[in-house]
Amino acid sequence: MRQWRIIAKEAMTRASIIGKFLCLLHVTDAYVLSSNHVLGPSMLPTLNITGDVVLVEHLSHRLGKLGSGDLVLVRSPLDPKKTLTKRIVAMEGDKVTFSLDSTRSHNSRSLVVPKGHVWIQGDNLYVSRDSRHFGPLPYGLIEGKVFMRVWPPSSFGLWGE
Amino acid sequence: MGTPRVLWSITKKCFTVGVITLTVSDLFASIVPVRGASMSPTFNPKTNSLLDSLSDDRVLVEKLCLRNYKFSHGDVIVFSSPNNHKEKHVKRIVGLPGDWVGTIYDVVHIPEGHCWVEGDNTASSLDSRSFGPVPLGLVKGRVTHVLWPPHRVGTVDRKTSQNRVSSSSSASKF
Repeated sequence: MRQWRIIAKEAMTRASIIGKFLCLLHVTDAYVLSSNHVLGPSMLPTLNITGDVVLVEHLSHRLGKLGSGDLVLVRSPLDPKKTLTKRIVAMEGDKVTFSLDSTRSHNSRSLVVPKGHVWIQGDNLYVSRDSRHFGPLPYGLIEGKVFMRVWPPSSFGLWGE
Repeated sequence: MGTPRVLWSITKKCFTVGVITLTVSDLFASIVPVRGASMSPTFNPKTNSLLDSLSDDRVLVEKLCLRNYKFSHGDVIVFSSPNNHKEKHVKRIVGLPGDWVGTIYDVVHIPEGHCWVEGDNTASSLDSRSFGPVPLGLVKGRVTHVLWPPHRVGTVDRKTSQNRVSSSSSASKF
């Protein structure tokens, strides 16, 4: 009888340690630092088409320290289950000039980015679906800032700007 | 004698409790106060009773719906405002992606990945009629129960208005 109690108590202690660790893991992943596997051609040549593993920090966007030129991880406005990696080209209040068809420049449009939104574009303008297609992105959809690449090892390192 | 040790152990306990509370409130459910009368009479009906006028309603927001973002017409959701990511609003979903919603002036098509929200108190509610369809990625949870004041504790039901929304799912029945 007493043996079961001892075993149960030890199981509870172990389970609570694991539970606390998982909670710490979630908080770190969501509020501090996480890693993401990004792939696709829309950010060539900055990111590889076959997939890179990057480190994303989740502090800058909460503190309002994002600016144009930053690489960000955002939740797609077309599908909330997908995340996109794009570059911020303009912040709220800035004027953006763009053309949907990059090969011809005579049908370009201009607009001012509204309050609470940013304008994102992929570095590879020919294949990227970004703010030129779905409009300014609400700031609340930004999840973090990409600051370092850890895989493949040949392109390990931070990005300067 | 061991004051630094006691302080350190208290700090560790506070940190652990904080981390666990944050995880539970992010992944499972949290309790939030509802401010304003835009969802009257569902929340904050502002009747003449004492409890109603003393404090705001507190509601239970569940986060399990954020796993696959499957919402139904009439769900009450909490979302970050598209114009100011620091503000959160509580409104009811009137239109889902692919629906056509009728406003006073025209009929709006809800694009993929967005929803149309309106407050129950149509006279004083800042909602999709002002800022357009809301991306589903901004949704932070779904309101399931009212927890305060005690005489209005209960589930929050879905309320749909069929005559204003034409949804793609209902059209396929014909």
